[in-house]
Amino acid sequence: MAAEVWRLRNSVDHPFSDYELADAFDEMFGTPGRPRPHYEELYQRLLEQSREELWRSKQQADISFLNQGITFTVYGREEGTEHIFPHDLLPRVISGAEWDVIERGLKQRVQALNLFLRDVYHEKHILKDGVISGELLYTCSQFRRQMRGIKIPGDIYVSICGTDLIRTPDGKFVVLEDNLRVPSGVSYMLTGRKVMKEIFPMLFHQCGVRPIEHYGQALLATLRSLTPDGRANPRVVLLTPGIYNSAYFEHSYLARQMGIELVEGRDLLVHDNVVYMRTTSGLQRVDVIYRRVDDDYLDPLTFRHNSTLGAAGLFNAYRAGNVVLANAVGTGVADDKAIYAYIPEIIRYYLGEDPILNNVETFLMTDDKQREHVCANLHRYVVKAVGESGGYGMLIGPHSTKEEQSEFRRKILADPRNYIAQPTLALSTAPCFTEDGRIQPRHVDLRPYVLYGADEITVVPGGLTRVALRKGSLVVNSSQGGGSKDTWVLYQ
Amino acid sequence: MLSRVADSLYWMSRYLERADHNARVLESNYNSLLNPAKESRVSRWNRITQSLGLDCDLSNNDSPWSLLSFIAQPGNRSSILGSISGARENASQVREQISSEMWERLNRLYHEVNATSTRPEFGSEPLRFLSLFREGTYAFHGVTDATIAHGEAWYFIQLGRYIERADCVCALLDASYSVSEGADDLDWIGLLTSCSALDAFRKVYTANLAPECVIEFLLLDENFPHTVRYSIERVNSALSAIANVTFTRHADKIQRIIGKLRSSLAYAQIQEIISRGLHLYLMQIREQCKALHKAVHEVYIDYSTESVLES
Repeated sequence: MAAEVWRLRNSVDHPFSDYELADAFDEMFGTPGRPRPHYEELYQRLLEQSREELWRSKQQADISFLNQGITFTVYGREEGTEHIFPHDLLPRVISGAEWDVIERGLKQRVQALNLFLRDVYHEKHILKDGVISGELLYTCSQFRRQMRGIKIPGDIYVSICGTDLIRTPDGKFVVLEDNLRVPSGVSYMLTGRKVMKEIFPMLFHQCGVRPIEHYGQALLATLRSLTPDGRANPRVVLLTPGIYNSAYFEHSYLARQMGIELVEGRDLLVHDNVVYMRTTSGLQRVDVIYRRVDDDYLDPLTFRHNSTLGAAGLFNAYRAGNVVLANAVGTGVADDKAIYAYIPEIIRYYLGEDPILNNVETFLMTDDKQREHVCANLHRYVVKAVGESGGYGMLIGPHSTKEEQSEFRRKILADPRNYIAQPTLALSTAPCFTEDGRIQPRHVDLRPYVLYGADEITVVPGGLTRVALRKGSLVVNSSQGGGSKDTWVLYQ
Repeated sequence: MLSRVADSLYWMSRYLERADHNARVLESNYNSLLNPAKESRVSRWNRITQSLGLDCDLSNNDSPWSLLSFIAQPGNRSSILGSISGARENASQVREQISSEMWERLNRLYHEVNATSTRPEFGSEPLRFLSLFREGTYAFHGVTDATIAHGEAWYFIQLGRYIERADCVCALLDASYSVSEGADDLDWIGLLTSCSALDAFRKVYTANLAPECVIEFLLLDENFPHTVRYSIERVNSALSAIANVTFTRHADKIQRIIGKLRSSLAYAQIQEIISRGLHLYLMQIREQCKALHKAVHEVYIDYSTESVLES
């Protein structure tokens, strides 16, 4: 057997023959040719497979994605630009011990964030104690004045959270950003898993992978736990902007997994501060709304007046406590990229504990010293607009031209509050099956999903591993050439 | 069930039925065209387009390959590709309401039609394409019956399917009969095959292809799934079931229309219909189908909020 493996390793067709390790942490290999223990099973299995077999598996997976209609829409092009979600054939593996740290860290973080949100919309102790400045808070574009003093059931603002983690060259997981508004991608985690089980049933079985299939039930239990007092048998619905939204597939998928109605704004109406949906049997009362519509579009009477995606009067019903929105309105203040820099402090302030998961070092452009330093060394930093997401509005220093740098310098000086800078991070790499049939390292991140209900906090063991499919690229967003991998969290 | 969802299920089903019907008509006529023609192909094609509600100018093209244009006119809702896109769009709006098997079936059918109709060699094998398509829709109906609860959603699907079928068969009968001067057995066989009814017809009437018998069968037979009467009966049971689950008090309007329709089909006699004018009779049926569609819309889908809040 050993000789056999040796022969395979040295044959030209050996799938890892040109797998080059760079400065980044590699998920599979500590040293060339020696996989980490939790990758051993996968490594051996890949050595046994020919390039053709891998190709066939890849094609089989593609067909499975297409037939299940697992697609996303890219904005700004003609109709019919429904693409299958780019995915990589090889799973990303995380050991049980590593996962336990991540899980504890995420629970700690979401707890602190909820306490922070309750505080900033009520007593504002954190401002009075000088941990963060009022200026920083109130200049945040996602701060919603309308939320001040509103009582939220269980004081749970963020019940669904998708935190982006990356692994730095020293092998530690750190938080890159918190997505506290309407985090997406969980459906790709679930469907990707289904496809992987079809393609690699034996490998999956041998590795001992923790299940994630109960996500739907856990989400529903979380949402139900938020029900306003005194409503037995609450009706939970999922509010979607509609089929032209890029995440529509996910909305309909989750609604089906939970067995709840998928509603659009036009299905809802508000009468006497009670929300109803329009059904073939007349109007039916709605108690909890898992909304996948941004704050601004929820209610034309309170927020953007030209929005047709929400329901007129919804916010008043919310304020009256007759309906629950998950996540709450105004949670975006806590995932603002400048507030992000203070989250380790926020954790210490509310919980009196040191953060288990650290932040990426972040420079605030409102601070004179930090700004001068960054502006002088733009080629070394990643600059991000604080309110943007999806990889838009970014400057990646080392990959930028002089013109782009001076343009960003101008933008930063014009509006320092709108930008932060972070050192260019070597995201960890993981083996990917590339288009030319080789196995190559590509940069990855990890987005696990946290569910915060009135009774418990659940972190489903897994998440969406996003991968930058282009060689050397650090951009993992699906709108910009990123894809996904199934994430296997092992028992061991 | 959400009104919007009911509406999408209904339309998904209607579009699919239309695609299915059109495919059968094209397949059957394509077969007839292979026989030496006594009438020009152009006039036959025109008859087909008329009965299918398709808008194509065929004056310069009498080749049977022009079939392609009926199948794959993307902008035209009545072409097969257009109808199947319509069905799929509606299904995609209610994906959480239908079973994943149904969605996969329909999605696959759409991709197959799309891929086949753009392939250059398509022109030489339209029959294969059409039968492939027919099998796809049969499979979809089978999957539908087998994988979702036969509750409200299923009844809205049934409603859409059979109301469309009644309308399509009426249109086809109208177009075939109005130009039946000089029609021969082959034409009547073509008509029956268009409704997959040749075998069933022979069992009832033997091989005697008298025009009255063919019309009578397709219009008034109680037991064969592709007749107008059968379709209306299915529409009726779907509507009663829906009224039962929704406890709607405003359904009497629907009851009146469907009641009239049923009796005009149940008690009509073919000689009487023909002597008074088949065209007129068919038009009345189609008008009533339209009225029925409108009433269903008003009662279940697009009702006024006031009427519901008061009660």
